[in-house]
Amino acid sequence: MTNIIASTALKARQLTEEEIHEIEHEKTHYPYAQAVGLEALKIVQKYQGWVSDESLLAVSEYLDIPPDDLEGVATFFNMIFRRPVGKNVILLCDSVACWMLGCDDLKAHITSTLGIDYGETTEDDMFTLIPVPCLGDCDKAPSMMVGRELYRNLTNEKIDQIIAGYKAKA
Amino acid sequence: MASITIDGKVFEVDVKNNLLQECLSHAMDLPYFCWHPSMGSVGSCRQCAVIEYANEEDEKGRLVMACMTEPREGARYSIAAASKFRAQAIESIMINHPHDCPVCEEGGECHLQDMTVMSGHTYRRYDGKKKTHNNQYLGPFINHEMNRCITCYRCVRYYKDYAGGTDFGPQASHDNTYFGRWQEGPLESEFSGNLVEVCPTGVFTDKPFSKHYSRKWDLQSSPSVCTGCSVGCNTNPGERYGTLRRIVNRFNDEVNGYFLCDKGRFGAEFVNSSERIPVNMMRDSHNAAPIQIEPDAAKEALKNAAKSAVGIGSPRASMEANFALRELVGEENFYAGIATEELDMLNKIIDIYQSKPVKIASVKDIESSDAVLILGEDLTNTAARLALGVRQSVKNLGRQMGADLNFPIWHDAAIRQLAMDKLSPLYILSPHTTRLDDIAHTTHISSAAHSAKIGMAIAHAIDSTAPDVAGLSKEEKALVNEIAESLKSAKQALIISGTSSLEPALLDAASNIATALQSGDDKANLALVSSESNSMGLALMMQGNAKSLEQAMSASSKTAIVLENDLYRRAPSADVDAFVNSLDNLLVLDHLKNRTGEQANLVLAAATFAESSGTFVNYEGRAQHYYSTFKSDSNIRSSALWLSDKHFNEITAACAVAIANCGAIAELTPGENYNFAGLKAPRQHHRYSGRTSMRANISVHEPKQEQDEDGVMVYSMEGVPAIKDAAVLNSPWAPGWNSNQSLFKFQEFAGGPLKQASNGQRLLSNNSAEKTWYEAGNSDDTSEGYKVFPLYHLFGSEELSAYTPAIQEKATSAYVSLSPEDAAKLGLQASDGVQVEHNGAVPFIVRESIQPGTVGVSVGLKGLNFQDMSAAVSLDKAADWKNPELWRAANIIVSDKRVEGAD
Repeated sequence: MTNIIASTALKARQLTEEEIHEIEHEKTHYPYAQAVGLEALKIVQKYQGWVSDESLLAVSEYLDIPPDDLEGVATFFNMIFRRPVGKNVILLCDSVACWMLGCDDLKAHITSTLGIDYGETTEDDMFTLIPVPCLGDCDKAPSMMVGRELYRNLTNEKIDQIIAGYKAKA
Repeated sequence: MASITIDGKVFEVDVKNNLLQECLSHAMDLPYFCWHPSMGSVGSCRQCAVIEYANEEDEKGRLVMACMTEPREGARYSIAAASKFRAQAIESIMINHPHDCPVCEEGGECHLQDMTVMSGHTYRRYDGKKKTHNNQYLGPFINHEMNRCITCYRCVRYYKDYAGGTDFGPQASHDNTYFGRWQEGPLESEFSGNLVEVCPTGVFTDKPFSKHYSRKWDLQSSPSVCTGCSVGCNTNPGERYGTLRRIVNRFNDEVNGYFLCDKGRFGAEFVNSSERIPVNMMRDSHNAAPIQIEPDAAKEALKNAAKSAVGIGSPRASMEANFALRELVGEENFYAGIATEELDMLNKIIDIYQSKPVKIASVKDIESSDAVLILGEDLTNTAARLALGVRQSVKNLGRQMGADLNFPIWHDAAIRQLAMDKLSPLYILSPHTTRLDDIAHTTHISSAAHSAKIGMAIAHAIDSTAPDVAGLSKEEKALVNEIAESLKSAKQALIISGTSSLEPALLDAASNIATALQSGDDKANLALVSSESNSMGLALMMQGNAKSLEQAMSASSKTAIVLENDLYRRAPSADVDAFVNSLDNLLVLDHLKNRTGEQANLVLAAATFAESSGTFVNYEGRAQHYYSTFKSDSNIRSSALWLSDKHFNEITAACAVAIANCGAIAELTPGENYNFAGLKAPRQHHRYSGRTSMRANISVHEPKQEQDEDGVMVYSMEGVPAIKDAAVLNSPWAPGWNSNQSLFKFQEFAGGPLKQASNGQRLLSNNSAEKTWYEAGNSDDTSEGYKVFPLYHLFGSEELSAYTPAIQEKATSAYVSLSPEDAAKLGLQASDGVQVEHNGAVPFIVRESIQPGTVGVSVGLKGLNFQDMSAAVSLDKAADWKNPELWRAANIIVSDKRVEGAD
């Protein structure tokens, strides 16, 4: 039994049935339950939007991984969110090709439109803006992702349409 | 061996070592960070880069990391040719490192400082913004200053990989890389203090030390031995302005190596305690107010009283002090000062070590064993350094797997990847789960008496001439066969047991198993843990007789001299009260105020280990000498010198002659005639500052240098420092190497044994090949009530360290531990207390591993005296219960799931 000590007042969140079901499915792919740590964090994030301390502790207890090990994994990967994010996460590419084709201007446009800088979330919790080093889409630069959708050959106008689209869906 | 060329010079090197190790062994200064002799190489810091040439014609060569390179016969390397690379590597490491050396506690003994200077990176070109981090609260022992981190990963490799900690790790990546806990809080590993020495810079520093900080070169220090338990780890205490400032590790190849437990490192500040006895006090009757008397008058009173006194010795006093008492009162009036049960067990250990065909295991032997059985000893709490040794032993399977594939032994990451979770077998028999369960193949929960039975059965399964036992379950019989097979097939099996459970049958069983494993020259390792720093020495002093504390108390003498011993920790309070009341004159020599001292007619202020010299004998019968670190106030004297008019060395010599097996204790120091070029070994660093002015607030006249009692060292900066002759190695230092990493300069090879210093002397040995057995006793306990077993705490159970503020923060008040079934039966709610017979009420915790019908009772913690317990007790819910102020449930770290108890 791993030694999980009550040195923190935090209590683990109860994992949902869907989360447990998906984690159990992932476990079948690996020889050790401990190997599923990263996948389990992704599953939790899929359902909760981010990985709270309570969620991290829940995964830790469920898979018998010390929370410190899991935190190492969670913080190593940029796309595991350890702070709450908006409903739609905008990943704006700022690597070389996008930079040459004006991603800085696009960023300024998003910032002025939504009132958020990198790492910030709009007050209505609709959007979070995060830079990303490369989306592997350099031939269609500048590009960005919103949620799981990729948007390419961006201009300020296109961005306005995309944002309006997400706002309309809400 | 191979011969290689480095910068044109030919060297003979050991191919089993890596190139970095060999360069250091041959006195070359090659910088490094991530390599550590105990932890091997991972090649991550890029500091030990050298150029390797393909052949004689090759002029360009290629860059290799020396720590990851196996020296090849005939190969040609250059350290000089890679110097620019190393300077660049350290420049990039230093980009985020703050310019805070003057206020950093590592300054002056910082490996990073040394390496930066050595690499030639002397001017900082980076003028950008530095990355800054938040620091965490890591408990009472360790300060955290993450901004100084150079991401060498040594902390993680030590804390997690070496020491088995789970509550610490690396987080994030590149500039954001962070080493800490996922949430702030005290580090849980009992070995966290070594981070202070493992970290090459000032990220982890000694927190109690920082409360009264002094630079390394301003500390007066001497070779010493820890008083915390029976392992006898070697330490270097540091003193300034008459107070003990800190303890650091002192390397001993066979005992503690590079590491101490946290009790050893942080538990010595009882020396500065406000509970110290500062002056000698006397009173005419029990009720009179004590008055201070001068030291010479006190000594006279002691001598007069001794004529008709019983002398009660102590397992925490030195050989010399015990012997001086024995001489003073006469052999026939000298008693051991421990309970009969314990003395009998210690005598049995001596007998086993001397007459059974076993090998007495040092910590080094423990680390090299590949199958381990622990019988009823909670090692992490009773002899923590051994637990860290056992943690290394289970890695031997991985090392063997690596060796089979021709992996070099130092290739740490490769061997860990190869081994994954495969560990050498470790079996534990214990009445509760232990902190070693995470690496144990099986932890079998059973009472000490029953564990002894299982042990007897294991011996019988290995060698059928050993006595068998009845009364084991089917599962236990299967376990017996499994353990027997595993021990038999091991290259070097190890059995560990000890006295802490007060069950002599465990020693019988351990002895039988080790005996059964003997065949020809192949002998099993056996480590039998005793309870205190000189328990074994005291037992040797008794020379097999059974003169215990009980006998002293019934000797009907009207005068008793008690040496460094609180009798209430040895016998039931009622018995001690009756004894004390029967006396006309009670004389006590001790460091700290306790229940025995409070009732004394004469209290003599005894020097602690830091202010006196002496000899301790550890659990393996290894005698080790400790030198006083500083001279105490004139009212305080070493117990040996209170009790005797002889010179200190004469006491040691007389003890060596008078006591069987102890001859070697006279050979532990180079002797009072020791000198190097006519000079003694200094206790102070040659850069010691303020000598002429540090007493100016008292007097502007510089006093005469204090005289040393055993004449090997001087209380001065004058003399020949250890760099010339390491026979008396205190604080290692070498030109260019100000940190503790300078140690390799004193070793036969980097990471090897010390060139000149003593590892101590084993007093006990045997050449026995004859198998003799202990018979299985019929120890079925039929007493009514909850059967009591002791629960030891690394922090709090030991008498002296419990006076130390940092240890108190990690300790808790007394408590009992119950099974969930019994807690329910007693109707206990989380906020209740438990009434333990007539002995008072205490808080409780519930542990899944505890068997119904048994109760664990804490030992040595405030609020309940374990000595007052009978073998079985009645328990009830306490009336009108309120948890005591000192109750800190979170400090009780256990490895079974803890059900909500009284928090």
